[in-house]
Amino acid sequence: MNFLKSTLAGSAVFATLATAAMAAEDTIKVGVLHSLSGTMAISETTLKDTMLMLIDQQNAKGGLLGKQLEAVVVDPASDWPLFAEKARELLTVHEVDVIFGNWTSVSRKSVLPVIEELNGLLFYPVQYEGEESSKNVFYTGAAPNQQAIPATDYFLEELGVEKFALLGTDYVYPRTTNNILESYLKGKGIADDDIFVNYTPFGHSDWSKIVADVVALGADGKKVGVISTINGDANIGFYKELAAAGVSADDIPVVAFSVGEEELAGLDTSNLVGHLAAWNYFQSADSDVNAEFVETWKATMGEARVTNDPMEAHYIGFNMWVNAATEAGSIEVDAVRSAMYGQEYPNLTGGTAVMLPNHHLAKPVLIGEIQEDGQFDIISQTSEVPGDAWTDYLPESAVLVSDWKDLGCGMYNTETKTCVQTLSNY
Amino acid sequence: MLRLFLAGLAILLSCVMATAQEGAIQPLLQEHQAVIAKSSRKTIGPAIDAIANSGLPQAQVVLETWAAKSMWMRKSDGLLFAGEKAEDKSYHLTDFDTGEVVGTFPKKELKQLKPNSGIRAMIGTALVQFQLLDSDRAKRQDALTSIQRDPEAALLAPLRASIKPEPDADLKAQKRRLERLLTIGYDEDTAARIAAIGEMSGDLGVDVRATLNPLVATTRNIAPGTVPNGVNIAVILVPGEDSFSDAEAYDLLVAKGFAPARVTADEMRHRLAENIEGGKVGGVPVVQLDEEEARARAYAALAEAGKVPSFVTSAEIHSALTSYVFYETYAEPSAKVTTAAQSALDKIALKVGVNQTLDLTLDALSLASIYFLAAIGLAITFGVMGVINMAHGEFIMMGAYTGYVVQQFIPDHTVSIIVAIPLAFAVTFAAGVAMERLVIRWLYARPLETLLATFGISIALQQLAKNIFGTQARPLTAPGWLDGAWMMNDVVSISYIRIAIFILALIFLGVFLFIMKRTRLGLETRAVTQNPRMAASMGINPGRVNMLTFGLGSGIAGIAGVAIGLFAKVTSELGNDYIVQSFMTVVVGGVGNIWGTLAGAAMIGFLQKGIEWLNPSNTLAAQTYMIVFIIIFIQFRPRGIIALKGRAAGD
Amino acid sequence: MQRSFIAKNPSVLIFLACLALFTLMVTIFSEGFGVGMISTSFVKTLGKTLCLCLIAVAMDLIWGFTGILSLGHFAFFGLGGYMIGMWLMYERTRLIVVESLSQTEIPPTRSEIVDAIGNQIFGVVGANEFPLIWAFADSLFLQLVLVVLVPGLLALVFGWLAFRSRVTGVYLSILTQAMTLALALYLFQNDSGLRGNNGLSGLQNLPGVDASQDVVSLWFLWASAVALGLGYLLAAWVVSGKFGSVIRGIRDNEARVRFLGYSVETYKLMIFTLTACIAAIAGALYYPQAGIINPAEIAPIASIYLAVWVAIGGRGRLYGAVIGAAFVSLLSTWFTGGQAPNIPLGFYTIKWVDWWLVLLGLSFVAVTLFAPKGMGGLVDYWTQRRSPNRHGANLGPNDGAMREQEASK
Repeated sequence: MNFLKSTLAGSAVFATLATAAMAAEDTIKVGVLHSLSGTMAISETTLKDTMLMLIDQQNAKGGLLGKQLEAVVVDPASDWPLFAEKARELLTVHEVDVIFGNWTSVSRKSVLPVIEELNGLLFYPVQYEGEESSKNVFYTGAAPNQQAIPATDYFLEELGVEKFALLGTDYVYPRTTNNILESYLKGKGIADDDIFVNYTPFGHSDWSKIVADVVALGADGKKVGVISTINGDANIGFYKELAAAGVSADDIPVVAFSVGEEELAGLDTSNLVGHLAAWNYFQSADSDVNAEFVETWKATMGEARVTNDPMEAHYIGFNMWVNAATEAGSIEVDAVRSAMYGQEYPNLTGGTAVMLPNHHLAKPVLIGEIQEDGQFDIISQTSEVPGDAWTDYLPESAVLVSDWKDLGCGMYNTETKTCVQTLSNY
Repeated sequence: MLRLFLAGLAILLSCVMATAQEGAIQPLLQEHQAVIAKSSRKTIGPAIDAIANSGLPQAQVVLETWAAKSMWMRKSDGLLFAGEKAEDKSYHLTDFDTGEVVGTFPKKELKQLKPNSGIRAMIGTALVQFQLLDSDRAKRQDALTSIQRDPEAALLAPLRASIKPEPDADLKAQKRRLERLLTIGYDEDTAARIAAIGEMSGDLGVDVRATLNPLVATTRNIAPGTVPNGVNIAVILVPGEDSFSDAEAYDLLVAKGFAPARVTADEMRHRLAENIEGGKVGGVPVVQLDEEEARARAYAALAEAGKVPSFVTSAEIHSALTSYVFYETYAEPSAKVTTAAQSALDKIALKVGVNQTLDLTLDALSLASIYFLAAIGLAITFGVMGVINMAHGEFIMMGAYTGYVVQQFIPDHTVSIIVAIPLAFAVTFAAGVAMERLVIRWLYARPLETLLATFGISIALQQLAKNIFGTQARPLTAPGWLDGAWMMNDVVSISYIRIAIFILALIFLGVFLFIMKRTRLGLETRAVTQNPRMAASMGINPGRVNMLTFGLGSGIAGIAGVAIGLFAKVTSELGNDYIVQSFMTVVVGGVGNIWGTLAGAAMIGFLQKGIEWLNPSNTLAAQTYMIVFIIIFIQFRPRGIIALKGRAAGD
Repeated sequence: MQRSFIAKNPSVLIFLACLALFTLMVTIFSEGFGVGMISTSFVKTLGKTLCLCLIAVAMDLIWGFTGILSLGHFAFFGLGGYMIGMWLMYERTRLIVVESLSQTEIPPTRSEIVDAIGNQIFGVVGANEFPLIWAFADSLFLQLVLVVLVPGLLALVFGWLAFRSRVTGVYLSILTQAMTLALALYLFQNDSGLRGNNGLSGLQNLPGVDASQDVVSLWFLWASAVALGLGYLLAAWVVSGKFGSVIRGIRDNEARVRFLGYSVETYKLMIFTLTACIAAIAGALYYPQAGIINPAEIAPIASIYLAVWVAIGGRGRLYGAVIGAAFVSLLSTWFTGGQAPNIPLGFYTIKWVDWWLVLLGLSFVAVTLFAPKGMGGLVDYWTQRRSPNRHGANLGPNDGAMREQEASK
């Protein structure tokens, strides 16, 4: 009996919510789909706050198309199936016009079928492994060729690294990225034996053996470099062990793709000075827009908070969406989508980001050295690199391109001149 | 345009000045200004060489300033200065030639030159000649580090010359060793090299192996007919033998352009598609081409017609392989040197193997001590009292957060740790006592309910920690004297913090044994554990004893938390990582016996490292197989390694 | 003359009637077939909740009736989901691949199709070859058999090992937890062949079915309701007969049952395997509704939550398990969904997103301490059943034995 009552009560709540949504038609709804609890909350809460700040700023400027923006925040609680459920709820119950969200690849894969089925619009702000192109998703984070490949080039050319240790957490992003890098390195003449690969679980803390293995790689007289796709707080143990083993950045440099200002806040960086990270944005970027952005962020969230790369991705993505909607004069998904192509917006590091027909951005690649204060000293900045959905360094993907504007296909085989599929295969 | 002109004028002027004012370095810098500003390792070489070889006294200062990222360029005229931070985003600039402060400029008008670490290493190498005989010991050390990083033939002579005048014994030893290594690599006299190899052949250093290994590195080659003369051959390969298959040999031939490539399935499909004529390929209808066999038939027909390259037959492969000779050559031309290097490496390899085992043993010991430390509190609450405390992991977490909070108030790391340890004990002791009084004592006869109730507390505490401290990892920094590692040699090393944890674990073992065997509380605890009613009739208050014992177990978990936080991270999910392992440790070891817990921790630690050693590329697999092993182990020894016998074993 | 099964268990009829009514109501109010008052996403939530109720029934059988606190039943649930997920992914990808390859000039060979499918499925995780465990993925029938067979076999082997060596009580709980942890870690590895952390996704799209999710979600709701109904019937039948008496005996006093000549291990093994199969079927229905399955789903915490649901609902009574699972999981959805109103206290605002887990944890402690009968106890007030007076003694000496307050006369 109780069971029935509770479900009825639940459905009643949903029914009232649905009617409430219909009543409030004078706002434009922006869905925010970031985990506020669970393991990913550490990274994603920041992005939710960023979105709220951006929406407030836009409302202060007078909103969009004469209407105010309204954020609809839901919490998928780092639970991947829940991402799909919440996305459906956002699109059908709250009827949002755009969603900004997700961090992990698996959560994005979980949301994809729902977004494509209901023709939603998602802005995904995090660096990822590529090999995907959905009509309904704009990838504002870096594809592998905007982060991993330039960083590897930097290792090869600037640091003269001849032997690579690819260390990663065992999940999709490191696996695919390392696959691409392995293939890329072999193309550059690095032998099989000179690539050491290791995968560790999430939150791994016992790094002594792995660090010893990496040091031992130097025994054949080649310069060793570490490319780290270690995720989240496992980095803390890794860097502590690295510092304890006395591995200096000049002997064995480490470049990380998942370590930003936020992660460094969790440890004492005095022993890590000189190790590297590759991103499209660092808080230390020297530009007026960035100074203003950092200042607003600190004013809203507190002096101790830092900014990072996915925040910039949301900043660009949100502003592009606003401009595209203004241009299209509508918030209807297909209209906005066509208006997005070629959309330009100044990024925080000084250049201009351009939205490409493959739903990726052209962004500069920055390489920074870790400093004592937990910030990065930018020592290399390229010009804008166009993001590539399908990597050129794996034989299966090399023949694929994504072009939603002219070809209308996210997975076009240039060899057979056919569109493999228009919906994603998740 | 105007700026360019001005810059040109400036250069011209300074050139004139240079003749007048003997030995100014600025013109030289201006000559290479574009390259220096570009800051790429590939193009910077000439600039560094020019400065280093200029023979000017300022060269050393310029290079050092540059490497320290303190060289600034004035945007207005492109001149380079040493910069020093002044107030309010502006910098004092100092002229290299005069050594005088030119003025203070805002950051906007300047550009900092940031050489990356590749360039810094090159600068370091260039600096060697200046620094080897520098009066500052630190700079001489820098020079040696630079040589170590990038050994070069040209550095051998200055290094040799600098050994004799070296006053510092330690540096002198380092220089001698480096000289030996450079001799092996670059000396022109073969006998001297072989002698040096002989001297270093017992050395475990990574640098020795790094010097020797390139000497014996080989490359594969092919020659038609016979092996050419004048090359230092390592081995002659016979195709078809175990390590060198026919396919591999043929691929090598193809790669070197000595033989036609085989037709791959992919290529076959392409060629077939190109040759479709009226719905047929080579006489085979297209619709039938979904069979491998039909495709091969069609392709053969096409090949016959000469439209596509024909298949490479196995007879062709065979004849190609027999008409060439395959061999591996050393890069080093002298056979004597390679033989000596190889034998030295063989000697070292054995030693390295022994030492690696030792290193692995140390790692395993360290891991075992961490597990032991995490589990010892549980050994008390679960092992002695039989209470399943799923919130044990959260007590560890509370200890770690206590350490973090203390560091917020006491900035000195040593003092803060000394304060944090008893405080963590006090906090978790109190939490443990509260939990025992409020929840557990009502459920003593109900272990399964205890398990679930403490699990409820565990999720509540974890969420509470998230609400208070946020989800970000918090820093808990070890005092400076625990930084670094104890290095026995280049192979065996262990960080001081792990040694400290090991000692802490030993101390706790002692404390536990002392409390249980030598104190009244221990006696009473054992009495209550064995027979609470009888103990009560002897005047022991079982409630109080249970409360204190539980508090003790929780308190130790708190201290373990500080230790674990020091070497790993402090997050609200810290406890999760250890709870299952801790239970395993206690169960595998045998409940109710501290030696069992020790044995359990040792077994799990060694096992995990052993599996990691077998499969170094996948640490996750090691954890999986370890748990599977434990499950199977428990099937055969359900009561653990050290099982209690007799009455104490209970049921 | 024995009374009929239904007459002995009036609660079964009531339950089935409630379930039927509930399904009917949801159908009427749904977007797919009815007036559209319940959104599709909520229909999916309800469908999934029914699957959770089914596994809770299984958990009640093993814990509430047999006294074995298994903390690993979500391993079987997840395996069931993986088995059906493999077919769903394979078949969906096959359709795409055949469609795309049919546009090429040369018709594809069988091995080319398989390679292309493998490439599509495993491309994202950096591999492209089919592992051996996908051998039957092309056949729906075989995969459906595997849904029951694989978890059943795992349960059989694990149970046989564990019960044979007389591992009982908390040891068994920890061992089952280790089992599910080992399985989760194994599946986390990319090399395991089930796409590692990404798991199998897009499961809500049935291959070859064009119907919208509004309709598909209802199909699954019905299927879940039928499965729950049948599962409940089966469980009620199992516990009402002699078999039920024996397993209750094992729960309260295992030694005595053994001395009476029953093969305790066989009974335990049977009930363990049976509940594993029920859990697997629940999982196979759950994940196509959730849309994605990955190793995090079978982490030990999930199985502990399962025990929490049963405890809050009231163990040892089947409807208690159903009520507990439905109530807690729906309430959890409500609280974490941000729909629960915040409580401003002036100096601090209680946000339920942050505080829900604290509340759940503490209320769980409270239930264990003060209301061992759980929510099912409320029914006893209504039917005026009382607990027996055993002077504070539990029903038996075993760890899993029922407490005096839990039992009813």
